[in-house]
Amino acid sequence: MTAYLGRRALHSAIALIGLVLAVFFLARLTGDPTNLFLPIDASLETRKEFAHKHGFDRPAIEQFFSFLEDVSRGDLGYSMRKQRPAMELVLEAYPTTLKLAGLTMVLAIGLAVLVGAIAAYRPGGVFDRIGSMASLAGASAPDFWVAITGILLFAVSLRWLPTSGLGGFPYWIMPIAVLMLRPFGLLVQVVRGAMLGALSSAYVKTARAKGVSERSVIFVHALRNACLSIVTVAGDLAVGLINGAVIVETVFGWPGVGKLMVDAVIQRDFPVVQASIMVTATAIFMLNIVIDLLYVALDPRIRHQ
Amino acid sequence: MSGDKGIAPVLAAATAEQEAIILRQRLPWWRLLMRDRFALAAALWIVLLVLCFLFGPELFGKAANALNLRARNLPPGSLEQGWMMVLGSDALGRSMLARLIVASRNTLSVALTAVILAMVFGGVLGLIAGYIGRGIGHVIMRFADIVQSFPSLLLAVVVLYVLEPRVGNLVIVLAITRLPVYLRVTRAEVLEIRERVFVDAARALGGSRFHILSRHIAPVVAPTLLTIMTVDFAIVMLAESGLSFLGIGIQPPEITWGLMVAQGRNYLNQAWWLAFLPGVAIMMATLSANVLSNWLRIVTDPVQRWRLEAPRDTDD
Repeated sequence: MTAYLGRRALHSAIALIGLVLAVFFLARLTGDPTNLFLPIDASLETRKEFAHKHGFDRPAIEQFFSFLEDVSRGDLGYSMRKQRPAMELVLEAYPTTLKLAGLTMVLAIGLAVLVGAIAAYRPGGVFDRIGSMASLAGASAPDFWVAITGILLFAVSLRWLPTSGLGGFPYWIMPIAVLMLRPFGLLVQVVRGAMLGALSSAYVKTARAKGVSERSVIFVHALRNACLSIVTVAGDLAVGLINGAVIVETVFGWPGVGKLMVDAVIQRDFPVVQASIMVTATAIFMLNIVIDLLYVALDPRIRHQ
Repeated sequence: MSGDKGIAPVLAAATAEQEAIILRQRLPWWRLLMRDRFALAAALWIVLLVLCFLFGPELFGKAANALNLRARNLPPGSLEQGWMMVLGSDALGRSMLARLIVASRNTLSVALTAVILAMVFGGVLGLIAGYIGRGIGHVIMRFADIVQSFPSLLLAVVVLYVLEPRVGNLVIVLAITRLPVYLRVTRAEVLEIRERVFVDAARALGGSRFHILSRHIAPVVAPTLLTIMTVDFAIVMLAESGLSFLGIGIQPPEITWGLMVAQGRNYLNQAWWLAFLPGVAIMMATLSANVLSNWLRIVTDPVQRWRLEAPRDTDD
């Protein structure tokens, strides 16, 4: 078990290091990093001074080591626009995104398990057909378009919900609903498939034969064994959720990491872009470890390997 | 079916199986398509899109750029300015229908090129990783890990930030983010196929690695990759639209459906259709691709194919 976890952690660590390398070299790919760090209209003197101050005139390998040193201290430079450390800005925006993503994922998994399990109980039935079609449509819809249509319908026309911003409960409904759409659509299909397999297995027949109630057969016996594939896919979807968060935060004007990053890209504020990548990558790295621990908790076969 | 005693049942079973195989082969793919209404509708829609893609800009390019100040912000369904305005017009009086048709070329060509690039390079890398294995295989797999462990949109945002948002860069970024899927699938299939007898035979006959990979293994993997391609087409189209919507994808004056949604967003109060209709176009295309790929998966899967071959009346 420790060997398994160790190997998985090593893989994630290699990926993280690869990313750090990629960020460093990407920043130097354009030839002159001052192009990235300074506004386009910066004068030649400012550029020279900046390059000297940050060591861009030194050999690349020397730069790389000082970059590593800064990264390990969590120092990723100052925001060009806000005159504050980039890391501070990112960490400030993080809780908003985490809350949004966490709530969305919990709701998506809960609903998908419910819908998928009921659909698998009578394959080909009315509920199954409607559920399959709806989940397919949910997975195919462009999220930004759903968000805009939602604003048009519920905020502009009906005036039920606020258009954008952060606040009480009504402000959370649309962002979560939009963000949930794709993970929910894909998860329903996964849950349905896994449950179909589990429900036709021998232990379910045994459970029924000894008189266990149907609800307990579905949600305890079958679901527990379908969990493994659900966790695998949910982990991938959680990484993909960041994609959705970028769009949703931009459309609804939420002060999260996604919006921070898109704004930084549009304003050409490279330190902030760099810091958001690092923090996001670290978060994903930790998420992967949590998923591996979950695997071990769910499947004793891995524990005994 | 007459014959000697001992061998007869075996013979009968063999002919029955033969007949079933012939029957299955006799049913051409378009007959199978006719049997599934959703898949048929999806296929027809894709054909229409391909026609728009091939001839749209030449036929409707003029109409898409023609300003008509008397027909500004017409809602969909208004016919007094002619059929071109059936889907409404924008603030400059340009026909929505023509603009949607013209934008289809950019939208579809970016997605298609990216998917083909991802499939070809992912497939080749997967063949190498699966067949040659060991050292180089590990390097390739770690590369796939890195790409896959990071949200694709963020990756695209960063690369397009550093390398300027040009169409070429956009295609490359989208291709790289989708590459690991093909790579993993190919590698997994190759690991299984290379143990089969026909590969051993080819090796025993003195076939080179390149020959075995290209002539014996690649053709077996190809159908699986094509099925994935249809799903991926939908995913890449959504990604491109999202990037264009954020303003980091294709830049104006070029138009794509995602960009049209972004531009229409500013007129949400006056003309909702400017943002709504391009989104419908995106959704119809991705939904068609998804439905079609589900159908393809069933057709190419011998275990599930009976669902389509079974007589209609038992289905309804």
